[in-house]
Amino acid sequence: MAKQSAAKASPSPRKKGASETQRISPKNAVSSAPLLDRLIHERLRLGIISALAVNDVLTFNDLKALLKTSDGNLSVHARKLEEGGYIACSKGFAGRVPRTEYRLAAAGRRALERYLNHMESLIEAMKR
Amino acid sequence: MSDSPRPAALHDHAADNLRFIRTTMERASTFTAVPGIGTMLVGITALVAAWLGGGDSTTPRFLMIWLAEGMLAAIIGAVFIVRKASLTNVSLVSATGRRFALAFLPPFAAGAMMTVLFYRHGWTGQLPSMWLLLYGTAVMSGGALSVRVVPFMGATIMAIGVAAAFLPFFSSTLFMGLGFGVVHLTFGFCIARYYGG
Repeated sequence: MAKQSAAKASPSPRKKGASETQRISPKNAVSSAPLLDRLIHERLRLGIISALAVNDVLTFNDLKALLKTSDGNLSVHARKLEEGGYIACSKGFAGRVPRTEYRLAAAGRRALERYLNHMESLIEAMKR
Repeated sequence: MSDSPRPAALHDHAADNLRFIRTTMERASTFTAVPGIGTMLVGITALVAAWLGGGDSTTPRFLMIWLAEGMLAAIIGAVFIVRKASLTNVSLVSATGRRFALAFLPPFAAGAMMTVLFYRHGWTGQLPSMWLLLYGTAVMSGGALSVRVVPFMGATIMAIGVAAAFLPFFSSTLFMGLGFGVVHLTFGFCIARYYGG
C-alpha cells in the first residue's frame, strides 16, 4: 500500500509575491527579482519541477537518471519541494524493492507558471 | 553610476533558466533508447529477405520469409533497445518508456490480426501495403515520444505503404525492400550518428 505525503499536509504552500498565476509586467520584472520563488529557483529543484510538469509520475530513479545527480542530493531537494507542498511523494514497493514516486502538486504547477512568467518578463524588460 | 551590470546578468540568467526548463522537459518526455545500429541491422536483414522472398507476394514462400524476417527484426530491435537503454542510463520502465510502448505496440497487434485475416481471405497481394502502413503507424505514433527523426521515419514508411497499395504494377519486393530495408538503413544511420548510437 502506497503512503501519500506532502501536498495535502501543507495546503497553502508559499505566498511570495502576488497572486499565484499573476503575470508580472516587464516594467516590474527587474524590481521584483528579489521576490523570485527561491524554492524552485535552485537548479536541481527547478529540474525536478520541470520534469514532473511533463510526466504524471516519476520515480526517484527516473529523476536521478534524468537530472544526473546523487541519491543524497536528490533526496534533500525533493524533500524541500515536498515540504513546500509543490510535489507529492508516495512510497511503496514494486515486488520487494522500495519504490518512491513523485507527482507535481497543483501548487507546484502554479509556481512553475509564475516562475516562467517572471523569467519571460525579465527578458522582455531587458529588450526594451 | 547609473548603469548597473545587474539587469544584464538577470537577463542572461533568466534566458539560461528558460533554456534549462525547456531541455529538462524535452529530456523528461523523450524516449531516447531507439537504437540506430539495431535499426540498421533490421534494414540489412530486410534487404536479405527482399532478395530471398521474390517479387510475388501471393506465394507461401514470400509470406514465410517475411514473417521470419518480422520475428528476427523484433528480436534485433528488442536486444538493441535494451543495450542502448543500458548504455545511456535510460529506464525502459520509466513513464516515457511505457508511453512509447503503449503507442508503438498496438499497431503491431493489429498487423498480426490482419495478416491472419488477409491470409484467410486470400488477400495476400495486399499484405505488403498493410504491413508497411501499420508498421509506419507504429513508428510514427511511438516516435512522437522520441527524437524527431523517428516519426519522420514512420511517415516515410507509411508513404511507401500507400505507394504499394496504389501502384500494384511494381513488384512487392521493391516496396518491401525500400520500406523495411533502405528506410531502416538510412534513418538508423542518422540515429546512430546523431542520437547516441
